[in-house]
Amino acid sequence: MSENKTLVEVQHLQQYFPAGGVGKNRKYVQAVDDVSFAIRKGETLGLVGESGCGKTTTGRTLLRLYEPTGGKIYYDGNLLFDKENKIAVDMLPYRRRMQIVFQDPYASLDPRMTIGDIVGEGIDIHHLAENEKDRHDKIIALLERVGLNSEHANRYCHEFSGGQRQRVGIARALAVNPEFIVCDEPVSALDVSIQAQVVNMFEDLQQEMGLTYLFIAHDLSVVKHISNRIGVMYLGKMVELADSFELIAHSIHPYTRSLISAIPVADPVIARQSKRIVLQGDVPSPLNPPSGCRFRTRCPYADEQCANEVPEFKEVSSGHWAACHHLDRVK
Amino acid sequence: MENIKKNPLSMQLNAEDFLPASNEEKQSLVVMRESVNFWKDGLRRLRKNKIAMVSFVFIIAIAIFAYLLPAVWPYSYSEQMKGSNNLAPFEYSASEQARIDAGEKVFPHILGTDRMGRDFAVRIMMGTRVSLSVGLIASVLVLIIGATYGAISAFAGGWVDNIMMRITDILYTIPDILLIILLGMALKDPLDKLSTQPGFKWMQTLGPNMISIFIIFALLYWVGMARIVRSQILILKESEYVTAARALGASSGRIIKKHLLTNCIGTLIVTTTLQIPASIFTESYLSFIGLGVAAPLPSLGSLATDAVKGMNTYPHLLIAPALMISVMILVFNLFGDGLRDAFDPKLKN
Amino acid sequence: MSEKILDIQEERLSFFTPAGEVKALNGVSFAMNQGDVLGIVGESGSGKSVTAYSVMGLTAYPGKLVGGKVWFNGHEIENMKEKDFRKIRGNEVSIIFQDPMTSLNPVYTIGNQIVEVIRLHTNKNKAESWARAKELLELVGINEPEKRLKQYPHELSGGMRQRVMIAIALACEPKLLIADEPTTALDVTIQAQILELMQDLRKKLGMSIIMITHDLGVVASMCEKIAVMYAGHIVEYGTTDEIFYQPGHEYTKGLINSIPKLNTAEHERLVPIEGTPVDLLNPPAGCPFAPRCKNCMKICLSKMPPRTELSDTHYTYCWLQQKAEFEKGEKAE
Repeated sequence: MSENKTLVEVQHLQQYFPAGGVGKNRKYVQAVDDVSFAIRKGETLGLVGESGCGKTTTGRTLLRLYEPTGGKIYYDGNLLFDKENKIAVDMLPYRRRMQIVFQDPYASLDPRMTIGDIVGEGIDIHHLAENEKDRHDKIIALLERVGLNSEHANRYCHEFSGGQRQRVGIARALAVNPEFIVCDEPVSALDVSIQAQVVNMFEDLQQEMGLTYLFIAHDLSVVKHISNRIGVMYLGKMVELADSFELIAHSIHPYTRSLISAIPVADPVIARQSKRIVLQGDVPSPLNPPSGCRFRTRCPYADEQCANEVPEFKEVSSGHWAACHHLDRVK
Repeated sequence: MENIKKNPLSMQLNAEDFLPASNEEKQSLVVMRESVNFWKDGLRRLRKNKIAMVSFVFIIAIAIFAYLLPAVWPYSYSEQMKGSNNLAPFEYSASEQARIDAGEKVFPHILGTDRMGRDFAVRIMMGTRVSLSVGLIASVLVLIIGATYGAISAFAGGWVDNIMMRITDILYTIPDILLIILLGMALKDPLDKLSTQPGFKWMQTLGPNMISIFIIFALLYWVGMARIVRSQILILKESEYVTAARALGASSGRIIKKHLLTNCIGTLIVTTTLQIPASIFTESYLSFIGLGVAAPLPSLGSLATDAVKGMNTYPHLLIAPALMISVMILVFNLFGDGLRDAFDPKLKN
Repeated sequence: MSEKILDIQEERLSFFTPAGEVKALNGVSFAMNQGDVLGIVGESGSGKSVTAYSVMGLTAYPGKLVGGKVWFNGHEIENMKEKDFRKIRGNEVSIIFQDPMTSLNPVYTIGNQIVEVIRLHTNKNKAESWARAKELLELVGINEPEKRLKQYPHELSGGMRQRVMIAIALACEPKLLIADEPTTALDVTIQAQILELMQDLRKKLGMSIIMITHDLGVVASMCEKIAVMYAGHIVEYGTTDEIFYQPGHEYTKGLINSIPKLNTAEHERLVPIEGTPVDLLNPPAGCPFAPRCKNCMKICLSKMPPRTELSDTHYTYCWLQQKAEFEKGEKAE
């Protein structure tokens, strides 16, 4: 199962996207701001939040699909990126070890390529096959592992359903034998009955291949199901991080509390009884986030201190981190 | 409950119906639709388009007319026949008439002859061949240079893209005719010297003007193609499958070749096909104003120039090349439109 | 005793596409009374949206009603023409769509879009219409309504746009509100706000709601009755409690078991429904769910099951339910 060795670590990761303006008036979308976490080998860290919270950007920045604008990234003890000391390592060898599965099964596959070629691209780039036959065998093996069959290799994506295409995306990521996979909302675009199939497949693959996951999603139920620990993000910042069961049962940050209570439960009796904490107002713009604590504009416990000081993300109890000035007030 | 079996109008059920179904029985109902790839699908739509198909037939006919027919035609395009000047269509000269009376079979001049006694029909064929060839070669040049330039510009992005596009803006404003004339004049002597060298004799046939036309196409006319390709690639660059390829470690060259250009191919083919009539027209009017191929090689444009002088007396000498130019441009445009309708991914439903 | 407002019997609807006839609805029947909140649950291709759209006549070419009767509020929908539909749309029945980004016209102000509906169906003059529009924005909980009326859709957030959609839908106090996945495109916390709003409005205005969604959590909290659809058929219909606690159809059971539960104490493996959704160009002869059903029997593949009444308010179409009755019948002989 999970060993204690840290596989992936980010420290004070920052990703600001330029959004117009010149010189002093340069505006930035503060997509990810000062996010730090570590993922142990064999573990699944879930990352949840609503749209605009920066979870997808975090996953992609970690893989350096976008170059970070600040912070450090470590993989298996190796420093991959350090903004301050101007270190940016060539990613090609790491592309074999760190992979990604995308959300949209329609957009993430090249419509002009056959399924076989899509899955085989990683093999081609990293020269993982000795000859044509070896390549073909590897591709068939990958397709079968994700539940498709060999005759599908010569077909094109538009002939398949969303769930099947997502399996192709997974096979593509597995083709290079990675150790770590960023799962970027991999089931959000699928029908409910297919979601369960794909989630189970992720779990099985993790068991068989000893994979480590960063599982990004907005559906907390799915994330809780598959993750060992969960990080909650709001407007570019991480507000709480804890063990999955602990987070659901004993969350301490006001945003996490309202997020959990807002989720509609598929159980009529419970649904009728539960009191929802309904947050007022809308999510502020990441172009101009609130000063101090970014959640304060919707938080029922906010006060002046929240406007002036950014709350520190610190360990409140063993393994349970949160960023809030007034944890004692939260009921 | 007993009625279930006894009532003859109800469904006849028996105990076997309620046995579990095997996996094979279930699978037999799941049938995958026939595989259709992009090209087959596009060709199918193209075939349904009647106008495009008729245009295609015309294009084949023109090609046969220009490339195959002269080989079997009894007259050559440069053969000047004494006494046969300015014959009307199907008219015979005096000496030819004498030969017919003597029992010889003389192939009629279907379009008459020109000022110099050359059979006009075969000159039209050769003219078509020249115009068509120039059109095709020029379009291919435009495709290669323009697509490469546009792809690199779009993929590089940032200030590289900016500079490259400003260069094309400048090129767009250069007056082409002026440049052709200047280049023609400048290249005349060096090309003449070069064409006497072994292996370069073909330059004599084409003439310095023709060479300069090709050079100008290569220098100036690819700008439109570059812009189109650039805009396509800018859009495709943001596709998630390109990000996926980067995540796999693909190099920029691989991404451009395997993902970006292949997804543009539809547009490239269509734009090139539509470039052909434009090139034909350009060559025609350049030849018309005297900047085209050297005599005696005919081009539809130069044939028209020669015919303008005798327009009132021998109208067929002008109508034939003009009609040919118009028909060629029309059918290529219609076919190009048909191609675009068939292969444009946005129109797919 | 509330009166009936909607009665659909054996509705069949197909889309005639170049690829063939897509049989979207294959014999759908249900009824609604004034004030009911009905949830229609299903996945893509189940026909849930098409059912509701057909009431409003939004399934025009290439869609065609090929059979059955649809009765709404005194109108025989199957015989109505486009101009008749225009009279009832926005007026007696309105709809909220899934994506508020694309459902609002980006070049008109919010005010213009609300007033358009009011002036189409009522006799109010300009001033009265704008006053009503302001009233509606207040009703749906949008602050600073005068300011908002002059704004364009892109200036509002997703949650606000959906509220505007609701305001437009309620402008003429329709008898029936159709909500087609109204919160699927919204964040969870905004979804909670919108669902709360819809419940409030329902209490205040007393309209009936058809809630179309794939999210079982949403129907559990919002709806009193639920219709579960698969491949253009209603496979089960009942009250919310009956559907969740005593599901009669294998598909319903499969759906409920396959969603991850938030409140479990231990990790439980999900039980998915195997296979892929049905191809509506070639629907199977028997029960449409048969190829994916764990307990599929031979008869399921060849014959469509008849209706089994599980209670006064609960019925399903499944041979497994029929099997029990059949066996009773055999024993009696």
